[in-house]
Amino acid sequence: MLTLQKVSLDLGPNTIVSDVDLQVAPGESVCLVGPSGCGKTSLLRMASGVLDATSGQVSNQFTTTAAVFQEPRLLPWRRLLDNIALGLKARGVPRRDRLTQAKELADQVGLSDYDEHFPHELSGGMQQRVALARALAVGADFLLLDEPFSALDVGLRSEAQDLVERLVVDQGIATLMVTHDLTEALRLAHRIIVVSGSPGTVVFEHPVTTPYRERSHAWLYEEAGHLLRQPVVSESFLFHPDSEVA
Amino acid sequence: MGSLIRSGLGWGGSLTGVLLFVALWEWGSLSYGSFLLPGPRDALSSIVGFADNGELWAAVWATTWRAMTGFAIAALAGVALGLIAGLSHTVGRALEPVSTVLLGIPPIAWIVLAMLWFGSGSLAAIYTVVATTIPVAFAGAQIGARTLDQRLQEMGDVFRVPFAMRLWDFYLPHIVSYVFPALITALGVAWKVTVMAELFATEDGVGAGMAMARVSLDTAGAMAWIVVVVVLLLVAEHGFLRPLQKKMEPWRQVKGPAMPG
Repeated sequence: MLTLQKVSLDLGPNTIVSDVDLQVAPGESVCLVGPSGCGKTSLLRMASGVLDATSGQVSNQFTTTAAVFQEPRLLPWRRLLDNIALGLKARGVPRRDRLTQAKELADQVGLSDYDEHFPHELSGGMQQRVALARALAVGADFLLLDEPFSALDVGLRSEAQDLVERLVVDQGIATLMVTHDLTEALRLAHRIIVVSGSPGTVVFEHPVTTPYRERSHAWLYEEAGHLLRQPVVSESFLFHPDSEVA
Repeated sequence: MGSLIRSGLGWGGSLTGVLLFVALWEWGSLSYGSFLLPGPRDALSSIVGFADNGELWAAVWATTWRAMTGFAIAALAGVALGLIAGLSHTVGRALEPVSTVLLGIPPIAWIVLAMLWFGSGSLAAIYTVVATTIPVAFAGAQIGARTLDQRLQEMGDVFRVPFAMRLWDFYLPHIVSYVFPALITALGVAWKVTVMAELFATEDGVGAGMAMARVSLDTAGAMAWIVVVVVLLLVAEHGFLRPLQKKMEPWRQVKGPAMPG
């Protein structure tokens, strides 16, 4: 269980988020959507523990938290399997064991023929799949995803979403995912939270009850249109030039 | 086969530069006379002469030993200190002025001090090499440690990477690209300073040979020793340091995405 209670964050003179309450239950998939610069990524960083809230409570009761970032953030000097096994190495898993596990994950994300490749030999989509495998390798029960597919084109994006659905959501791994794409959120979430404004606050919450297999493309676009008709949602997706901070 | 041709062409390219230089040297020697500027052939026959009476190998060994010992000490200590200085801003601020002071003191001053402190001999030469090359290795490692991508650090935080592993898997591979160019510069300095120190402080080595050549007005001999030092430097750089870097950075040897997907 992840709980954020009345969380605010100041960075220098700017208040990035204020008074945010947020919960992620075990096995639940929560998507944070909202315009750029509304503090979504900051919320994620506070949840991961690399950033401390200025006020309020952040408590993360999950056993193992892992993350996939906006960029792959792989070690350029390590081969694919070593990159996947990074978190296992940090936990002291012996080399042979961790490489066996990494190999299995490489197969699952469809990179079985690239074991010996260095990150720069892989395309952007492949690198992001390595990052996903690396996060899964540590056996996380909570996964933070920070716009992990924003750099991918439509086809690859849909493929990557399939992977997340199959390897993360279906496996009962709780997720907190940031995206600015409503259809992506609708496809993967049990619950959508719209964060908006400067400083960012939670302006809208929407549970998604439709089963995953019934979330067709037509349904996604219809539902996204439906959400955007809500004044508070459409307002937060309007272009605010001065909110392009952090 | 293709790689053989390519490396052959590479060597051919380097050889062209060397041959061009030798040709200029020969031309200079022809126009100024072989007393002022002995030609390549005079230098070569001097080298053969040194080799015949055993002087050459003794000198090469003495100079190599001093230069490489000093260089190794400076490289290890400099990289270790630079790494610490890059990791901790406090240590960095404390050590940076020291490094600047060391860089500012001319090598000749170090030689005089070293002779006063340690007397004539190998120790004076080695000490001088260490004192002049350590700031170079230090600066390389410090910049390397400072420039590690903040985003990789955050990734390391999220995955709870312990300090020792962070040093080994994050910092060291990253600073290699900064340290090696610095070490190549330091290596050149090490040879030059060794020869200079030997000129004043030792009875053997290439520098001592040059002192002898000066006393006996043997310009060809002096040229011969210069050629010997340059060859030693080239061997150390291309025979040792660059292959070592290639071995330590396998990921830099492969280019570009394998295939889209």
